[in-house]
Amino acid sequence: MTEVANKTDEVTCTIDGIEISVPKGTLVIRAAEQLGIQIPKFCDHPLLDPVGACRQCMVDVTDDGRGRPMPKPQASCTITCMPGMQIETGHVSAKAEKAQAGMLEFLLMNHPLDCPICDKGGECPLQNQSLSNGAAESRYDGVKRTFPKPINVSKQILLDRERCVLCARCTRFSEQISGDPFIALVERGALQQVGFYEDQPYNSYFSGNTIQICPVGALTSAKYRFRSRPFDLKSQVTTCEHCASGCELRVDQRRSEVLRRYAGDAPEVNEEWNCDKGRFGFEYGRGEDRITRPLIREGDVLRPASWPEAINAAVRGLQQAGAAGDHPYGVLTGGRLTVEDAYAYAKFARVALGTNNIDFRSRPHTPEESAFLAQAVAGTGLGTSYADLEHAATVLLVDLEPEDESPMVFLRLRKAYRKNRTRVFTLAPYASAGTRKMGGTVLPTVPGTEADVLDHLDPTEVPLDANSVVLVGERAATSPGALTAVLDLVHRTGAKLAWVPRRAGDRGAIEAGCLPNLLPGGRPVTDAAARVDVRAAWGTDALPSTPGRDGDQILAAVAAGELKALVVAGVEPADLRAPATALAALENVDFLISLETRISEVTARADVVFPVSLFEEREGTFLDWEGRERPVHPAVPTTQVMSDLRVLAALADALGTDLGIRSAAEARTELAELGVWAGARPDAPNAAPLQQVRPGPGEAILASWRELIDDSRGTDHAGELLATARPTVIRMNLDMANGLRDGSPIKVAWGEGQITLSLEIASDMVDGVVWVPRHPLSRGTEHASLGRLGAINGELVRIWTDETDPAFPAGGNEGDPR
Amino acid sequence: MTDLLTPVLSANWDIDRAWTLAVYEKNGGYRALRKALEMAPDDIVGAVKDAGLRGRGGAGFPTGVKWSFLPKDNPNPRYIVVNADESEPGTCKDMPLLMASPHTLVEGLIISSFAVNAHTSFIYVRGEVLHITRRLQQAVSEAYAKGYLGRNILGSGFDLDIIVHAGAGAYICGEETALLDSLEGRRGQPRLRPPFPAVAGVYASPTVVNNVESIASVPSIIDNGEAWFASMGTEKSKGMTIYSLSGHVANPGQFEAPMGITLRQLLEVSGGMRAGHQLKFFTPGGSSTPLLTAEHLDMPLDYEGPMAQGSILGTKALQCFDETTSVVRSTLRFVEFYKHESCGKCTPCREGTWWLVQLLARLEAGQGVEGDIEKLLDLCDNIGGRSFCALADGAVACVTSAIKHFRDEFEQGYHTPAWELFPYEKNCLFEAAPMKVGAH
Repeated sequence: MTEVANKTDEVTCTIDGIEISVPKGTLVIRAAEQLGIQIPKFCDHPLLDPVGACRQCMVDVTDDGRGRPMPKPQASCTITCMPGMQIETGHVSAKAEKAQAGMLEFLLMNHPLDCPICDKGGECPLQNQSLSNGAAESRYDGVKRTFPKPINVSKQILLDRERCVLCARCTRFSEQISGDPFIALVERGALQQVGFYEDQPYNSYFSGNTIQICPVGALTSAKYRFRSRPFDLKSQVTTCEHCASGCELRVDQRRSEVLRRYAGDAPEVNEEWNCDKGRFGFEYGRGEDRITRPLIREGDVLRPASWPEAINAAVRGLQQAGAAGDHPYGVLTGGRLTVEDAYAYAKFARVALGTNNIDFRSRPHTPEESAFLAQAVAGTGLGTSYADLEHAATVLLVDLEPEDESPMVFLRLRKAYRKNRTRVFTLAPYASAGTRKMGGTVLPTVPGTEADVLDHLDPTEVPLDANSVVLVGERAATSPGALTAVLDLVHRTGAKLAWVPRRAGDRGAIEAGCLPNLLPGGRPVTDAAARVDVRAAWGTDALPSTPGRDGDQILAAVAAGELKALVVAGVEPADLRAPATALAALENVDFLISLETRISEVTARADVVFPVSLFEEREGTFLDWEGRERPVHPAVPTTQVMSDLRVLAALADALGTDLGIRSAAEARTELAELGVWAGARPDAPNAAPLQQVRPGPGEAILASWRELIDDSRGTDHAGELLATARPTVIRMNLDMANGLRDGSPIKVAWGEGQITLSLEIASDMVDGVVWVPRHPLSRGTEHASLGRLGAINGELVRIWTDETDPAFPAGGNEGDPR
Repeated sequence: MTDLLTPVLSANWDIDRAWTLAVYEKNGGYRALRKALEMAPDDIVGAVKDAGLRGRGGAGFPTGVKWSFLPKDNPNPRYIVVNADESEPGTCKDMPLLMASPHTLVEGLIISSFAVNAHTSFIYVRGEVLHITRRLQQAVSEAYAKGYLGRNILGSGFDLDIIVHAGAGAYICGEETALLDSLEGRRGQPRLRPPFPAVAGVYASPTVVNNVESIASVPSIIDNGEAWFASMGTEKSKGMTIYSLSGHVANPGQFEAPMGITLRQLLEVSGGMRAGHQLKFFTPGGSSTPLLTAEHLDMPLDYEGPMAQGSILGTKALQCFDETTSVVRSTLRFVEFYKHESCGKCTPCREGTWWLVQLLARLEAGQGVEGDIEKLLDLCDNIGGRSFCALADGAVACVTSAIKHFRDEFEQGYHTPAWELFPYEKNCLFEAAPMKVGAH
């Protein structure tokens, strides 16, 4: 849509007497819409392949461009504009108007007309178009077709077959857009209906989109069904907080309670789609664990306190800790903050605490990654974009599983594969479902050996050039040398590069300066000129000039007694590299301030807890993986809530320092005035790959990432959504399974802990590797996960089965000491 | 009068075991194939064009021209798909042909495939006719054994495989793109065109879809020459074809005659209507062609004749109804068929046939209300020409033509049940158990 068509490829035709030039191949209905001429329609959707099923969009072609009228009315959603074509819509042609009215009468004939109790009533294309294009009274006095209703096509999606007009939007979406064809039209004639296979319900990460594009009330969500009327809702356009895809959202609330979220229309980003996590995961702030007042530790308990008391306590704690040494502070911000809040932390750490000990990465990370981010990501602005993905000849994925880790990247890559024959390659141990749906080719890779694979890519097999994109995921940080090799590869080939983090706040945190080696705008802390910039903007005399400690180093320094106080934002210890060590550090640090929305493992160990606002109450900006600014607006009226920024400003005041910003708008202005670093970029990382670990008997190398719907606090209380999560399995190849079948219980151990998972054979899994979800949903009594135990991608785990099979697992190097 | 008939395709039907290869060959079978393999493929296409063979499935498109639409520069393989999904009510020409002489089709398909350079061809047989499917399979396997199929056919260097594929019982699969979807293993629903099958048919490759009778006519053209074929028939409708007589006739069956014969002639040849009765109305080519009346007895049954009378030749399935027949009742039966066979893809066909059946049912029961006829006609106007494929056009053709010719009978449906006006037992050709009327 964004390309400017070559003029020679344009055709000129006339619609309702108005001449229009459109690119060759444009559908008549699209051309009419460009002129502002509305043609009623149901099956037509600009992002789906034409089907011509509902026949609602009939127009009269009075001249087919060769001087002849077309005798029958034509469906404008399936004919393309031809030079000289004369088209009349129902607005001027009685023939077209009658065809349209007749079609609406047919569609309403078997429709239950239960609008007063239908979720769609008030925002229903069938209802609206019946009023605009239909007859006031139906002539139908016969027997209507009936079905039992509703039925569950998944735990989340309900189908009312009586209301369905069989436009096939949902089935085309599932097949074409998301590649999950678990719903299909079945039966024939008036008994045709959307059907599914009961043993394989419609569990797709994108199933909620079918509700949104359904032009009637046939598909509804278990979450929203019968909850509200559209005219009682207030809508706010904002950006999704669940990942770095940057989806525009329309959030609908009634009486300050968010009732549903729809995908916004952002052609350059999420088009008109979003994922189910973004759509249904919005109730996490409604539990008993919501923190509404400041808390102060008194012995073993946290007691409510007033804001002034809590701020005084925080200041006292920080000052006492500070007396023990030279700025013995650390700040962990997590990846869920807006740019403005992250900026407040970055500034607070430097100005109020005088330290560069700040890190947003609440996940395994390395100094190599810090250097990579400083060299190739920070301050690069809007770089590689969704459009680049769509039009790339080749896309190489490194340690990135887009369907799980950035769903809109996945949808765009699938579109690129379907529409533009983009070739997708992925460094992965096996072809995941997502990879197959992108037509992807696996470059078989043992986790940890990415650098080696990248260094030895065969350019004839994986052709990379300026029309190619290399996407690298956050997991690459767990593979020594991988990020070094990625930079080397893009410099060697000229391919575009993008780093695709998982969390919505990750990219913004980098720009805001929430890294030990970077000030805002990608300025290296070690560069005097960069510090001068920032000092001038902040009106401060001094800035720490040596790189601080990264997240892992901060926690280690706490354990070593070198750091005395921590300020922690939204961080889940289970996400960190060593959860047990992190919890111990939080437990033992002299003074811990937590800014949180809900009780967590951090707040439980904090000395002072400040409640901060929920995402739905915030103002600000996210930067998506492209580096594109995505505005965040409060979806519900806010009263007595404090953002992280407001709390930090108050704390800074009490510490005797002026943070200089009081609102997101001020932070945004200041950050914009500061701009990005134009000086020399820091050096690229130069990390060596590690020697490949080799599994011994009973061992395997772990491949693991977080699935989209898993044990995340962001999806708490979204029961129906969680019911559509993928089953928790361990995947390995046939040889390793050595005769065990799908469903066999397999024990996996790492360190002191072990978990049990159900076997699923992945025949193409690289030998010696097992895949396990990092934080699977807790089902039944199983609460541990490998992530919580601390095992990460590329590490060795022990596997065995209690089913008496001494030969399992096959392989491994007998007696090989590692 | 019998010299009006020109049995060519049906010439061997009464020979004992004509469906076997040995008997087929003994009567001149596969002679045309040997001749064709000596010819240049383009010359075969030219011969079929010059003969004036037009599609026998109903549309009447020139077969040779259709073949020449296959793009020359498409790298994909080419396919011929034979449409043997004969399902139209009244139509029964392809099934008897395949039953009696399946080798006629097989030979024709080998020649046609050679002509268009297809190396795999399909015969899509309607699913309900198991016995015919078996005969076809037997014929194909005999042809393989004899070297008429497979690699290097008769030493010509030409390779061909024929695959007999049974449908799953859906009228819509006679529509060529629905047939292709069904052949590929999908649900049979018509495809969006363009692309047309000639460009992207089965497996997105160039494909010709031809009717059984069209392909079966090819050997006779090659054997006897295009001039022989063109000497039969009328100016624009050449050759011989199979007419199927059914209904209230004395001798129902298949009658092969030159294009352009009239129904009066056919009735004379076959023995007329059943004794003591007169023709009331007939369909020229199956239930989807607008019905005609005794006025049209002398209309030439070629592609042009029925067209001039507002109908179409269709499959030359002449269902003849005598004066004991209620038009309302027969129309309802036809529309019930289309309602049952509507694939459901598009609105007017799916919903419209559902509605039409209810209106016609109450007219049959004498419970129609004033305005129902106008409503029927208006609904037909809203269905016809608006649907995705031609199925719905066929569904409304019988309604509009019936009202055109017999409006008074429909008006009687406002007050008198059809079974009182036309007692059903008088209409019945066979002794039958008392019928329960008015139940649907």
